Amino acid sequence: MSASLEKTEVTVPAPVAQAPYRPWRRFLMDNRAATGTLVVFIAMMAVFMIASPEVFLSWEIYNSVLVTLPVALCLAVPLVFIVTVGEIDLSFPATMGCSAWIFALLIQAGVSPFLAIIAALGTGLLLGLGVGALVVYASLSSLIATLGMNYMLRGLILIVTQGKSIALLDLRDSDAARLFTGEVFGLPVQMLWSVGFVTLAWLLFNRHRFGARVHVVGDNPDSAAQMGIDTRRVRVGTFAFMGLGAGLAGVFTTLVNFTWWPTTGDGYLLPAIASVFVGGTPTWGGIGTIVGGAFGALTVAFIQTGIVAAGLSGFYVQFFNGLIIILALLGHRWNQKRYR
Amino acid sequence: MLAQGDALNERLIELKNVTKSYGRVFAVGGIDLHVDRGEVVGLLGDNGAGKSTLIKILAGAIPPTSGDILVRGVRVAHWDAARSRDAGIETVFQDRALAVQQSIVRNIFMGREITTWLGFLDVRKQRDEAERLMREIGFTSKVFRPDSIVGQLSGGERQGVALARAIYNKADLIVMDEPTTALSLTETEKVFRFVRTVRAGGRSILFIGHNIHHVYDIADRFVVIDRGRVALQATKAEVGSADKLIAFMERIAHPQGLAGVAA
Repeated sequence: MSASLEKTEVTVPAPVAQAPYRPWRRFLMDNRAATGTLVVFIAMMAVFMIASPEVFLSWEIYNSVLVTLPVALCLAVPLVFIVTVGEIDLSFPATMGCSAWIFALLIQAGVSPFLAIIAALGTGLLLGLGVGALVVYASLSSLIATLGMNYMLRGLILIVTQGKSIALLDLRDSDAARLFTGEVFGLPVQMLWSVGFVTLAWLLFNRHRFGARVHVVGDNPDSAAQMGIDTRRVRVGTFAFMGLGAGLAGVFTTLVNFTWWPTTGDGYLLPAIASVFVGGTPTWGGIGTIVGGAFGALTVAFIQTGIVAAGLSGFYVQFFNGLIIILALLGHRWNQKRYR
Repeated sequence: MLAQGDALNERLIELKNVTKSYGRVFAVGGIDLHVDRGEVVGLLGDNGAGKSTLIKILAGAIPPTSGDILVRGVRVAHWDAARSRDAGIETVFQDRALAVQQSIVRNIFMGREITTWLGFLDVRKQRDEAERLMREIGFTSKVFRPDSIVGQLSGGERQGVALARAIYNKADLIVMDEPTTALSLTETEKVFRFVRTVRAGGRSILFIGHNIHHVYDIADRFVVIDRGRVALQATKAEVGSADKLIAFMERIAHPQGLAGVAA
């Protein structure tokens, strides 16, 4: 037996030929969630253009979406951080309302708009920190705790203001309004600001220590802790960043409308959350895409405008909102392989 | 020669009468254990003997109920994961503690990212360093790159990532919890080669294993624990052979002998 074993010839198999290195293909694979969302967006716009060319081949419709899109971007992009770290935040509409409220009160009191903006951002940051600390250090479910915080903060606004709005007509001619919500080359300038914000968020997410830790904490919190990462601080950090984004969104929306309503922010809850998932960020944490989230916000922003402009009645809006979300989720299924 | 001898006898880490209890149950009941510079210590014990608890205490993942931890002769208070790492202890956990949806780079530098200004990552340096580390421990392949996703790697390749993470930052003591479990023969040989390379570099290893032959081959000194206590501390010369070690392990597992089983 052993003799035959020794006689058996051992052949070394030839090395397997390697697949050629294709940089652009690699880029597409690395960014498939964002690319997929872009494809969904382009397909949707193509349908709109065919359905209603006179509306969608003119600039005006785009201009009107670009006025409100920055607000959605400031909310959707930080939300990607929170989902990636494995949490969810439903309190950002009220945080946005509170920050905008502080902004409006200060403007009303005659404070410089620039100082008022800083105060509003500070309010958002502090509220985000507070909500995050509550969720993380009290070990509460972020889904329920932030829902509660949203109701509580909104209720507080309504109690104190008795539901009255604040008109800020003086803002119309202010330098701050021109700087943040004017126009350059026919483009709403807040679009540039929000593109800057998205770029900053992308750097923070993909090229910064904080983003790296957001990824690993969302992926495997136990091993992140074993490697000496303060996982609670990272999670609170994502909520603080969400608060900052909500503050910025509150400032933009008030500067555009010259009015603060006690309901400011309410309408953004579901669109912002939808943007994150339409953008290709999975629900289970550890991975996310900022660019995808931005494309998601773009897609969601155009659904409502597109349907109304295409001549369908407003009754169709909800149906198509849902349809796009489901289609996008189905489209992302193939690239959201979950590793164990 | 004397200086070198001194260095080799340097107490790297010492646990003194360390206990860990959960309620009234002692998982670890007063253990004295030390690892010197440049030695490979094999830690053996049956399931439930307290090996895993001991490793977690060393890594700072769980705090001991009582006892002292000394690093190079100095007692360290408030021992935790960050202090354990600062003391130069790296742990390769049995489940490898990897974030499987992330790249090799992100796993190697988890919690110790190389940054430039304001905390921004030095992407190129991390990439080069990851490549170097993977090459150093002999886990190289044309199939994976530093930015490959860990979830796409085989068990042995994942172990390679965990080992690369451990040797980054020049840890003085690498704790390896059952590093050869579920690995192929060639992958096991790579782990052994890694252990020899680390020891040759003057660093120490605490090697935990179920396979007594594996542990006997690789370790200089053995610590057997049984029901939360040290049952044996002996050098390789004192033990003599792997079979004697196995016989000892069987004796403490079945103090009445295997008579009952035989009958």
